[in-house]
Amino acid sequence: MTDKIITSDGVRVYYGEKEAIHGVHIDIHEKQITALIGPSGCGKSTYLRCLNRMNDLMPNTTVTGSIKLQGEDIYAPKVDVVDLRKRVGMVFQQPNPFPFSIYENVAYGLRTDRKFSKDEIDQRVEESLKQAAIWDEVKDDLNKNALELSGGQQQRVCVARVLAVHPEVILLDEPTSALDPISSSKIEETLMAIRKDYTIVIVTHNMQQAARISDRTAFLLNGNLIEYSQTKQMFIKPEKEETSDYLNGKFG
Amino acid sequence: MRKLFVDELKRLHVRFSEMGINVNEQIYNATTAFINHDKVVAKEVITNDNNTDSEEMNLEKQALELIALQQPVATDFRVIISILKASSDLERIGDHAVGIARETILEKGEERVPEVEKEIALMTNKIREMLGGVLDAYSETDADKAGEVAKDDIIVDQLYLEIREKIIQALKQNPKVAKASSSYLLVIKLLERIGDHIVNIAEWIVYSSDGKIVELNPGKSDPKLLREIVSGTIGER
Repeated sequence: MTDKIITSDGVRVYYGEKEAIHGVHIDIHEKQITALIGPSGCGKSTYLRCLNRMNDLMPNTTVTGSIKLQGEDIYAPKVDVVDLRKRVGMVFQQPNPFPFSIYENVAYGLRTDRKFSKDEIDQRVEESLKQAAIWDEVKDDLNKNALELSGGQQQRVCVARVLAVHPEVILLDEPTSALDPISSSKIEETLMAIRKDYTIVIVTHNMQQAARISDRTAFLLNGNLIEYSQTKQMFIKPEKEETSDYLNGKFG
Repeated sequence: MRKLFVDELKRLHVRFSEMGINVNEQIYNATTAFINHDKVVAKEVITNDNNTDSEEMNLEKQALELIALQQPVATDFRVIISILKASSDLERIGDHAVGIARETILEKGEERVPEVEKEIALMTNKIREMLGGVLDAYSETDADKAGEVAKDDIIVDQLYLEIREKIIQALKQNPKVAKASSSYLLVIKLLERIGDHIVNIAEWIVYSSDGKIVELNPGKSDPKLLREIVSGTIGER
């Protein structure tokens, strides 16, 4: 059995008066890929954003219940949100590199810390770009503006940017839905490769992607967690009829 | 992702080939035990069959997971389905080897017919040659080679008929070989059935390679051929 790095219990999210998630508990296992699937509006992205307090940025949003990272409540008053987001990094649906060089994009998180020397930063940048499987494509051109790269390359730079600060958990919100199949496949390969060192939580509406790459899958529907189990189990013999119906494309 | 899938598929191939090699050895040991009246080896064959069964189960589990999680299509799909189907045939061949081994244990101490046993050894050699051939064809996904192997099944059918006739003759001459004869009949029938399963495997190789569902059993696809052999063989005597 693997250790649980994130535990959550009775998580409810309100957008104003409206309750979007009705008491979800998903425990994230260390150094595994956990996929969150479900139809649009089921609350999977909302839940994902709770894990590094991205919802704080949205007005009128309230999160109740408990979410703990390594046993510590991430919503406790003393928690430094910037620090939390270094420990729990995020990659978004649209690749969003900063409008400066590939090198500076990846070095960005390290520079905010000031404790890294030039050599250390060089080293981390190279290591992260390698882990994100983009080093060979950009190594001769690190000063190129990241916005000049293709969408798939930009997304891998964004993954490298997250990896550079050595997070404990990486959250990905539909990281391949804006990419072509080849680029998607490269991102999937990257995730499979870094899985041994990082805990990954991925929201995807591509069920096949969840089946291919994840160790565990959680299925959400209308703000409720319907089923959460090992991916093999879920795709061969799910426990709930709703899960089976969703996976078979009967709705959603 | 492609690489991961290919690696998984390779593992599946290796498992299938290993299972094939083990089953081939089981046939050899079972028949040798039968001819040498070696109870110890016969018992080993029976115990070892558990390995074949668990190998098949593991293989099935792995193949089913690949289908559910990777959703293979086209060539990949055919390859996996072929392994899944062919492994059932291998498993059944393993069961037949056990059937032969069980006859050893029953037959011990009875009066026997050395000429027939020699013939059974020859038939076994043919079967093992075919199984070896079909496993080679499998590992190379060579449909032509598979077809060649399947053709030989007619020789096995012929051997079956010839040996059966010899058993009947021996029994007519000496009723004391009755018990051994019943075992001989069963063993050659099992060997003949193994031949049919080898043909099935050959058919799955063709599906894997060309996507065609074919009937390669020469006795089935050309009943006339079998009739000729039947009448020819019996006519000779």
